[in-house]
Amino acid sequence: MIRDITIGQYYPAKSVLHRLDPRVKLVATLLYLISLFLFKNILGYLVTTVFLIAIIKLSKVPFRYIMRGMKPIMMLLLITLLFNLFLTREGDVLFHAWIFTITEGGLRTAILMAIRLVYLITGSSLMTFTTTPNELTDGIESLLKPLNKIHVPVHEIAMIMSIALRFIPILLEETDKIMKAQIARGADLESGNMIQKAKSMVPILVPLFVSAFRRANDLAMAMEARCYRGGDGRTKMKPLHYTGVDRTAYVLVIFYVAAVVIIGRCVPFHVWIF
Amino acid sequence: MSIKIEHLNYVYSAGTAYEKQALKDICLEIPHGEFVGVIGHTGSGKSTLIQHLNGLIRATSGALYYNGENIYEDGYNMKALRNQVGLVFQYPEHQLFEVDVLSDVCFGPKNQGLSKEECEKRAREALKLVGLKEKYYDASPFELSGGQKRRVAIAGVLAMEPQVLILDEPTAGLDPKGRDEILDQIAYLHKKRNLTVILVSHSMDDIAKYADRIIVMNQGEVMYNDVPKKVFAHYKELEQVGLAAPQVTYIMHELKAHGLNVNTEATTIEEAADSIMEVMAHD
Repeated sequence: MIRDITIGQYYPAKSVLHRLDPRVKLVATLLYLISLFLFKNILGYLVTTVFLIAIIKLSKVPFRYIMRGMKPIMMLLLITLLFNLFLTREGDVLFHAWIFTITEGGLRTAILMAIRLVYLITGSSLMTFTTTPNELTDGIESLLKPLNKIHVPVHEIAMIMSIALRFIPILLEETDKIMKAQIARGADLESGNMIQKAKSMVPILVPLFVSAFRRANDLAMAMEARCYRGGDGRTKMKPLHYTGVDRTAYVLVIFYVAAVVIIGRCVPFHVWIF
Repeated sequence: MSIKIEHLNYVYSAGTAYEKQALKDICLEIPHGEFVGVIGHTGSGKSTLIQHLNGLIRATSGALYYNGENIYEDGYNMKALRNQVGLVFQYPEHQLFEVDVLSDVCFGPKNQGLSKEECEKRAREALKLVGLKEKYYDASPFELSGGQKRRVAIAGVLAMEPQVLILDEPTAGLDPKGRDEILDQIAYLHKKRNLTVILVSHSMDDIAKYADRIIVMNQGEVMYNDVPKKVFAHYKELEQVGLAAPQVTYIMHELKAHGLNVNTEATTIEEAADSIMEVMAHD
């Protein structure tokens, strides 16, 4: 039941995207996210769609699997959609009843905003699907290294992140186990009103917290036993090195951003879908 | 009163890269009142199998009958099933959550809809059965030692008074004394209340000592399903799948190889001692 949460998880496959240097993927994702807000016309959507489909194909992550990760954010998506739909007053009125007014502009903004959000999440989850948590934090640590000069504890931040990411599947599994154990003891997690439901969470949350603290303690002890003392003078088992593929990827991403900006802003192309 | 499993299959994470068939075409029958031992290598599917027995996991295909009723039929009362089939998970002490021991043990009976007095009565009985001293009843379960926590957790399931008791490695990580006490207590319950007991364990000696019948799991399939003597006669095959026979089996085979005509089917220390004494007396 709880295993269905796929957002932020690694999906093992053998693809070019999986082999890329994590720094490339981080920078590319950031650029991609910014690029989603740099265009104005419909052609911009076309370019990003083509780019996204190409990346999905390259990643070898099944489309169905990516879509499953969308489920938890459906609510957010719906709320954004409704707000844009009813609160934007622009252009001709298409529908009016009581306090609800839908305008042409509102409908367009709502649909386009929803597409943008879906693209945003698909793009960033593709990064986590193709990058192991360890690679990801290595990449972040390496990219943020310059901040060390102004005394930002970059290594510690990276370590905290990697531990947090590593613990997500462990705690999910633990939750699953505790839920099953309490259901086996007759716990009823589904029926009842809001307050009863919240109360029925206690037998799950208390053991979960206890176990999280226990694991944290064990981990700290194990790190200490292996003489961990922070990032000073620490070397890497797999240092990051750029290769030809990584450079090509950088060029391609820059090319894509340029294409979005030029086509999405400068090409005078107006198609009114409605 | 029995559990019957027909052609049961279970696939984990179907349709993803993690897809794995955990159980393959399982057919089993467990009659009422039997003490069944389940052994198998890590990842052989034993934990998955036992979670099917009280409906926590739904099979991908196949049928499971409890007292003749298919539990996968629409409208089957799963809650009633879970009241009758008690499951003690591995490291059950990790599920404790109440402020004191007695309330924690009461959680199960309370969910069964019993009155407060009845709950407490059952909780006290169960705690007595697992041998926890009365002075701990008001203590926080988190202040107890590992072995005591385990007892409280097992009592939590016993207090529901199930007909079938399933235990997933109830003695993992306990000292030898604690292990024997808990297993003896379970064997006592099995006899006294005529409970069906399904015990998952890695200790061949424990299984040989208590079980009427052994189910050996290997890579999601039932490899052997027979009385201990018959199963442990295959000790060479068991070793090939990462398991072993009780130490007694090895000693008896060794003695036989050295010319002493002992009974190699002995699986417990008592049987072995009898057999050796008998041979010695004849000489």
